[in-house]
Amino acid sequence: MNSPCQPAANRPQLALRFKIDEKDFLIAGESASKTKKALQQLGLKQEIVKNIAIIVYEAAMNVVIHANHGEIKIIIAPDKVVVLSEDVGEGIPDVELAMKEGYSTAPQEVREMGFGAGMGLPNIKQCSNELDINTRVGFGTTLRATIYLNPADTKQVETGAMYV
Amino acid sequence: MYNQFHSVRLDYEKCKGCTNCIKRCPMEAIRVHDGKAIITQERCIDCGECIRVCQNHAKIVLTDEIDKFSGYKYRIALPAPSFFGQFKNTENIEDILNAFLCLGFDDIFEVALAAEIVAFNVHKYLEDYKGEKPLFSSACPAVLRLMQIKFPELLGQVVPFLTPMEVSARMAKEEAQKKTGLSQKDIGAFFISPCPAKVTEIKNPIYTKQSAVDGVIGANLIYKDIVKNLAKNHNEKTSRLNKATKSGIGWGYITGESKSIGYRTSLAVSGIHNVISLLEEVERGELKDVDFMELQACTGGCVGGPLNIQNLFVGRVRLRHLIEKQTNQTSFYTDKEMSEIYDKGMFKSTELIQSRPIMVLDDDVSKALEKMERLDQITNELPGLDCGACGSPSCRALAEDIVRELALETDCVIKLREKVKMLAEEILDLTRIVPPSMSDTSLNKEK
Repeated sequence: MNSPCQPAANRPQLALRFKIDEKDFLIAGESASKTKKALQQLGLKQEIVKNIAIIVYEAAMNVVIHANHGEIKIIIAPDKVVVLSEDVGEGIPDVELAMKEGYSTAPQEVREMGFGAGMGLPNIKQCSNELDINTRVGFGTTLRATIYLNPADTKQVETGAMYV
Repeated sequence: MYNQFHSVRLDYEKCKGCTNCIKRCPMEAIRVHDGKAIITQERCIDCGECIRVCQNHAKIVLTDEIDKFSGYKYRIALPAPSFFGQFKNTENIEDILNAFLCLGFDDIFEVALAAEIVAFNVHKYLEDYKGEKPLFSSACPAVLRLMQIKFPELLGQVVPFLTPMEVSARMAKEEAQKKTGLSQKDIGAFFISPCPAKVTEIKNPIYTKQSAVDGVIGANLIYKDIVKNLAKNHNEKTSRLNKATKSGIGWGYITGESKSIGYRTSLAVSGIHNVISLLEEVERGELKDVDFMELQACTGGCVGGPLNIQNLFVGRVRLRHLIEKQTNQTSFYTDKEMSEIYDKGMFKSTELIQSRPIMVLDDDVSKALEKMERLDQITNELPGLDCGACGSPSCRALAEDIVRELALETDCVIKLREKVKMLAEEILDLTRIVPPSMSDTSLNKEK
């Protein structure tokens, strides 16, 4: 068993990357299904696969709707999976408010398409063990969702062992 | 070791080793090796996509021979609803059913009639259901097999009822037993099938321990005999054979099942690739406002089954036409009878659908990760043409095969060409090396 303190270089680690452009609504679903396929091949538990696919989808959708462009990285290690979303865009003025179910700043046209119902961030939070959001209004947002693969690890404090 | 029955087989002689089927298979289950298409047994879901796409007719469906009947004293035909849409010479379901009797069957039980019972059960179930939505139809075995492998998380949302085929066999046998006094083993029930998935389902059921169907005859195999007997009248004047109504017969094409169940919000999806993308949406937490999803592996639903005779659009129009002309207005079974069936749970599934995580690269996550890293690396080095000449459906699939030690990098013709080129260049370089006994000057002189 690898301890989370072991340096990243010694552990097998894999990263999937998806470039996300503004208004590219299809890329979100595509990223999620490619991620899902990879995670299934790795033999992760069904529920974890599902949760990560949801995180990737919602995070990508947030970039599509709110940012200019960005990238989603899924870093997979034997003990955890980190979904990292970095975008260049408007940022989130009030993160606390954005975390509320149903709160949405999505433009009307996007809502008319059936997206932007204000469930994105709450969904991501629900599906991850840890969630960090760093945002600067006018510059962009970095979102980092961590999912531990062994239930016992969920209470562990992040040691910063994995560099992403 | 996976050793289960599959009805989709390869006709070795006819296979020319082209790559059409490997590209179409939704499970990436086929590889061409030594000039023949090999179906990976554990990945095959018997959907029949490869049968449709094979121009050499090398993909066949193993169904039962008609002489299998002789083992039974009382033989019942169970025609699928889609079968009625295959005839141009008749506009009467009664004639088609009669033709079965002329062929030597002792009785008929319409699968459409059983479908009405299933619809009633599902409707009731939806009313009482409080769990995660949407619920999925259990009618198409290819879809259930797909879910076992690719969507295990959603298996709990499949409605827990047997297929109309299974229900029809059970009801037919019970009726026959009452009528004739014969024992169950003397009564044979034979399903007239539009597809290979149903054949597999009776040999290898997912939702019940043992199927009550005793044999499956492909719609294509019996078609001619039925056509010949359409005009004939069966000697004995039997009572009306057609008992199913519009509602049950509609199950023959996509949307018919949803209409028959008649529940608030339903979504009908046909075609295995469409089914996959819709299930992916559901998996991401979308479509929670949908109560029921009808999922059919064949485009157009069962009329699109690879064993049917007619083009699916023609079949659908004929079936619709028959439905419009259908005179049976009220259901053969009363609501009271059907409620009783529901309350007793007579046709509830007895087995949980098991997930089959066969895509896993390695049982150990660390090792699987290493393999995945290699897989990515190999994929990047491959040309990305997805030409299929290596026998795998795509460059990524070849990379996966290499990691699983089922293929070699030189199976890729482009890679092989690169290697040959390198080798040729090396040979050329070698020819330029002059042995010490021959001086440079002497070479120059020759020039």
